[in-house]
Amino acid sequence: MSTPTTEPRQSWTFSKETNAEIRRAAATGIYDIRGGGAKRRVPHFDDLLFLGASISRYPLEGYREKCDTSVTLGTRFAKKPIELKIPVTIAGMSFGSLSGPAKEALGRGATLAGTSTTTGDGGMTEEERGHSEKLVYQYLPSRYGMNPDDLRRADAIEVVVGQGAKPGGGGMLLGQKITERVAGMRDLPVGIDQRSACRHPDWTGPDDLEIKILELREITNWEKPIYIKVGGARPYYDTALAAKAGADVIVLDGMQGGTAATQDVFIEHVGQPTLACIRPAVQALQDLGLHREVQLVVSGGIRTGADVAKALALGADAVSIGTAALVALGDNDPKWEDEYRKLGTTAGAYDDWQEGRDPAGITTQDPELMKRLDPIAAGRRLHNYLNVLTLECQTLARACGKSHVHNLEPEDLCALTMEAAAMAQVPLAGTNWWPGKPGF
Amino acid sequence: MPTLDMSKTELREVNATLQAAAKAQANEPFEIINPRGSHAVAVGLNGPLDVTVKGSTGYYCAGMNKDATIHVEGSAGPGVAENMMSGTVVIDGDASQYAGATGHGGLLVIKGNASSRCGISMKGIDIVVHGSIGHMSAFMAQKGNLVVLGDAGDALGDSLYEARLFVRGSVKSLGADCVEKEMRPEHIEILADLLARAGADAKPEEFKRYGSARTLYNFNIDNADAY
Repeated sequence: MSTPTTEPRQSWTFSKETNAEIRRAAATGIYDIRGGGAKRRVPHFDDLLFLGASISRYPLEGYREKCDTSVTLGTRFAKKPIELKIPVTIAGMSFGSLSGPAKEALGRGATLAGTSTTTGDGGMTEEERGHSEKLVYQYLPSRYGMNPDDLRRADAIEVVVGQGAKPGGGGMLLGQKITERVAGMRDLPVGIDQRSACRHPDWTGPDDLEIKILELREITNWEKPIYIKVGGARPYYDTALAAKAGADVIVLDGMQGGTAATQDVFIEHVGQPTLACIRPAVQALQDLGLHREVQLVVSGGIRTGADVAKALALGADAVSIGTAALVALGDNDPKWEDEYRKLGTTAGAYDDWQEGRDPAGITTQDPELMKRLDPIAAGRRLHNYLNVLTLECQTLARACGKSHVHNLEPEDLCALTMEAAAMAQVPLAGTNWWPGKPGF
Repeated sequence: MPTLDMSKTELREVNATLQAAAKAQANEPFEIINPRGSHAVAVGLNGPLDVTVKGSTGYYCAGMNKDATIHVEGSAGPGVAENMMSGTVVIDGDASQYAGATGHGGLLVIKGNASSRCGISMKGIDIVVHGSIGHMSAFMAQKGNLVVLGDAGDALGDSLYEARLFVRGSVKSLGADCVEKEMRPEHIEILADLLARAGADAKPEEFKRYGSARTLYNFNIDNADAY
């Protein structure tokens, strides 16, 4: 009879993935750069549940009783607010990071669904302007491609201060994606790495921002809604200061929000989960008496109509999707598994968007790979997906007795975990309490 | 000459009037009096129009100018002629921070001094400063020409791309990847033209040229100390 032995035990601290990263860093001397948002598990909308109607409140009939989903953004100062049919918009993603056909597909899908899409760093392309009925033009620190003509033909202007994947960080589009067209739009040589600055070149702080917004409004005849996008870092103060600076709309992007490329250490270790950002932002607007007058758009990890409904219930006016929209177009599709394997990854995990070798033909400037994405078919898939998000959101809202998705409220929710209860400030399931609740 | 008095006329009306005249290519010069340091004066002009501002302006005067000629008979606050596309902007006095920031084209002339970050992230604009410029000027400058008849502050041309910098006086220090370069005949020609258009009394041969060493164009871990 053999002597019992100790089972080999892997360290939780030094896991296989951790050790592999140490070996990779030791071999290359450079940090890991990738696209996407935080992959770590963080408290999220999955940790919330809707309570549904019961004796104390009654539901609306599915398919029969109306549940409105329309949203108007930019009602505070803009002469021409944006009217959307659904409370889901497409987030800013750059031409350069994405191919021209991918930008076209986003425009097509958003337009069919009655919502807006957004430019990104690198300027406005004809593909997206031509195929987007409502287009938000991002005003970024790099000002690549920025010009007054595009500013005037945009439907709204989004001053980007930060994004959830990297609050406080700039960007880098690596040289392999800098084709002649991309370089021309950015006034830089072909093939060099293009840094996107981390802060704006001609203003610092909220007082300057107020004047910058005045200038943008003067250039565009006060017609365009001005959004301010911030990464989820200090949501109460950032929201309050953005509102003070004169924003019509505040876009708040949590740490699950994606980026075209940045350091993995930045994506995983900076910023707050989306769930933790919403209530402080809403509180800031309520304290200023501006909730619903300044609209709040939340992004970062929105995947389902349940996520949409929960974000709205916590006080958002709309949500924005980026990663999910790319997946709807065809990103990380298992049908390209053989090619993902050749790149040392697998479908669902592919995130080296900066390298420009995307088998799905979306995060690339390679002419052959780009051809794999049919913008018409991809736009149709995005439209379908947006419809499903909307239907799911309506289903949940009706179950809570709401005739408009904006009537969802925190009282419709409970939390499954202490963390989610604290962040969302809704009761832990089975209790009337959440950590930090006044009076307890 | 139509005169817009900013002690009596709201900024919106001033800009709307100028923008409409520029768009209509009216070719009638305008005068703005009593600007009193107002922000965003004469922004977004989109056509050939002559505007004279009698006094000093606040932030972003002549922002995103296209084709118009704007003359400020005073000093200008931060971000004068920011993101200018074309046309000419002349400041008789001094300019504050970020003069000509991200400008894509046109000519900005500052007859006094310019503060820090002059020409930051410039993308094709030409800037001629008769006096001196402050620190971090031409930071991440991509295209165009920055000409300084006086001195330059610390970290000139830090992380420079393809913009050309010409300085007649001293340079306190150069930023990362910015080096002195040979002044070739084509540079003398460019400089002579810019000096003439800017009404500057200086000889091109008195200047030194600075540009990018291009060592930071593609990330290299061996350059980590430079970042």
